[in-house]
Amino acid sequence: MARNQHPVGRSSSPDGRRPALERSEGSLTEPFTNNLLSRHRSARVGQMLFLVSTIVGIVVLTALLFNIVNSAFGLAAVQDKVDPTTLVRDAVLIEHQTKEQLVQVLEDNLKPAVFQTLKTGKPFEQRSHKEVYDLVVDRVVQPEVKQTWPLFDSLLHRQQILAGIAQEYPGARVQFLSWIDARFLVTPQSSQVERAGVRTAILGSLWTIALTIAIAFPVGVCAAIYLEEYARDNWVSRLIRTNINNLGGVPSIIYGMLGLAIFVRALQSLTSGTLFGLADPTTANGRTILSAGLTLALLILPVIIINSREAIRAVPGSLREASFGLGATKWQTVWAHVLPSALPGILTGTILAISRAIGETAPLVVIGASTFINKDPSGPFSKFTTLPIQIYQWTARPQAEFRNIAAAAIIVLLVLLLALNATAILLRNRYSRRV
Amino acid sequence: MQDETALESRAGSMAAMPVAAEAPIDLRKRPRIREAAIQGFLFLCGVLSILTTLGIVFELGRESLGFFARQVWEDSNKALTVALAPHATELSLSRGGSGIQAGDLVRVENEVVLVEAATGQLATVVRGRQGTQAVTHPANTALFLGRGVSLIEFFTGTRWSPQIGQFGILPLVTATLVTSLIAMLVALPLGLSAAIYLSEYASEPARKILKPILEVLSGVPTVVYGYFALTFMTPLLRGIFGANTVQIYNMASAGLVIGILILPLVSSMSEDALSAVPRSLREAAYAMGATKLEVAVKVVVPAALSGIAAAFILAMSRAVGETMIVAIAAGQGPNFTFNPFRSAETMTGHMVRISGGDLSYDSIDYNSIFAIGLLLFLITLLLNIISQRIVRRFREVYD
Repeated sequence: MARNQHPVGRSSSPDGRRPALERSEGSLTEPFTNNLLSRHRSARVGQMLFLVSTIVGIVVLTALLFNIVNSAFGLAAVQDKVDPTTLVRDAVLIEHQTKEQLVQVLEDNLKPAVFQTLKTGKPFEQRSHKEVYDLVVDRVVQPEVKQTWPLFDSLLHRQQILAGIAQEYPGARVQFLSWIDARFLVTPQSSQVERAGVRTAILGSLWTIALTIAIAFPVGVCAAIYLEEYARDNWVSRLIRTNINNLGGVPSIIYGMLGLAIFVRALQSLTSGTLFGLADPTTANGRTILSAGLTLALLILPVIIINSREAIRAVPGSLREASFGLGATKWQTVWAHVLPSALPGILTGTILAISRAIGETAPLVVIGASTFINKDPSGPFSKFTTLPIQIYQWTARPQAEFRNIAAAAIIVLLVLLLALNATAILLRNRYSRRV
Repeated sequence: MQDETALESRAGSMAAMPVAAEAPIDLRKRPRIREAAIQGFLFLCGVLSILTTLGIVFELGRESLGFFARQVWEDSNKALTVALAPHATELSLSRGGSGIQAGDLVRVENEVVLVEAATGQLATVVRGRQGTQAVTHPANTALFLGRGVSLIEFFTGTRWSPQIGQFGILPLVTATLVTSLIAMLVALPLGLSAAIYLSEYASEPARKILKPILEVLSGVPTVVYGYFALTFMTPLLRGIFGANTVQIYNMASAGLVIGILILPLVSSMSEDALSAVPRSLREAAYAMGATKLEVAVKVVVPAALSGIAAAFILAMSRAVGETMIVAIAAGQGPNFTFNPFRSAETMTGHMVRISGGDLSYDSIDYNSIFAIGLLLFLITLLLNIISQRIVRRFREVYD
């Protein structure tokens, strides 16, 4: 537009002054104002708005962490079915009693049949002092969490809460509970909040991820090598490239359906282990760790391929040419020169993909991860549950107490992810120094 | 590539030279079995991704076909008035109930018969269809009318309950639409503004702090966001709008949290597009006396519009496919409503809930989640392709 109004462009004007006159005439009817004040004001307002939008992300992240920590700790009203002070033997509280005294407590307070079952299950001589003490707490004292309060309420309104507890649950004792503790990490699942732990879930997650890495990493890197180093620019390689980009955008739950139809159902004999005669008879239905690992491997494959391709592409061509110049074959060049140089990038991309796989829930729910399982997974053909599924299950329960252990499990998951990402950074630094 | 092969073969023959000094040098490329095998293996790894796509399309398609080909038996509220002998072709029907017409499939106990003609209370039928045996049926046996799932019903019905023969997917689609729209209403303005701030305003140190924080948001597992939606966002909404308006499970809270989930995607893709706009454009605008806001909004954003649009559409596809947040916070049970404060189940939420229990193969539920999955797959694929097209087609190329 500005060019059209340029005086030189007008052949009608002999000296180039007339258009300028015309324009000044125009500005007489419409006086030019630069509105500087209001424009600057709106510029400031705009900048503020942009800044606020950016900060919203930080605020949400803070709220998220606050919310989780708030639920994972706090006061709880715990009601004992039997008051521990009535279990005093020889004027010693149960905390300080010897094993024999504790066994005596059990014998006195349990029904004979129950006591006998415990005894035949594992004789008390073989049980440690701690085990017997836990039995007394679980079977005789039977503490039950009546109500819980989040951390910040517990700190700020402690007096009101204590008064409320005294009124509503007269016999209850007040405890400051940390829902996440050593016991929570090493105990298996339970249907009772006080006794539930994430041991099986952590083991399940680790098994699944180990299998996922074992499958997806080599395949993904090989595919990336093919696409970057070998593939000519023909329709096959173009198809593969487009396809990988599109697969990256497929919702994860669709991979779950693929896993359900192919790994769980069609390849049942393979994934349940009957093909190798290894099946656990209780689990021979294909809903195993192997199916989960295969499904997640397909899910993260596009991410690994895309990241690895970028890392391989970043290796300078001079390196390859020097290698070829010394008479190396293509594969020797790739194996000895391209891959080591690209490794930091490949590893970083892989670890990012794995952190995605660890947090993935939907596909595993679809392929049928068990929701309640209290036996440790023993191999690729066992039933399993994972941390995110555990969190989902506990969150979906209507009882409020389960939200507390869900928050505790979330902390475990986030710490796991953090550790993984820290490893990624360390690995990258270490290898990039060497190359 | 050709140069490399030539180099390679020359290097190979040079190594062989001293041995066969007298013989003429063979310059042809020597076959290397190991190299070829490795290349073949690498190619297979590349092809695996195509197999994955084919697997998805094939399995979703096959099970969905099973869904649409499924015969559903509905009680016609009619019964036989006279007992039916194995070779009789005349059915005498009781009054009332749904009308039976020529061409209908009718189930009598375990036998399926095809109606050839029907007049009032008399129907002429072909016995023993669909591999069933023609046997005697006593009087007063109930008749069931067979019906397939039609595409029209699938896309226009407003009730989804496959167990009792209601196959309208609309309630699931509207719920997905509502949550995704709310998510986009959050993510678009916030994501674009954050991108503008990071690319146009922020100093280098500020960028170094703000960007990783936004990226952390995208690294949080979605199940954690689901927990956040249910235990933080929902009580917040109920506090603001009143517990009577906002149900415990509602689409608004799920949608808002999905918006937060896709915010980093929008902001980082938009920021890439904004920083690709050449500096000269900005400087020209400043030279004209434009303020920083005018440069950002009137010059840089329009120049990067294709990249921003692509980011929006990709984010939309993510929002449609998001599962755990809606499964936890949006509610269980399909509900045909546009009110964001009501509970309603989205397509993904329904798939998770149905497959969460022990699902028996060949049940109507098993087939139905594949039909939903196919629709979801097609929607997201379409959005992804549009996004890629926009980037390729409308990208402004600057020198």
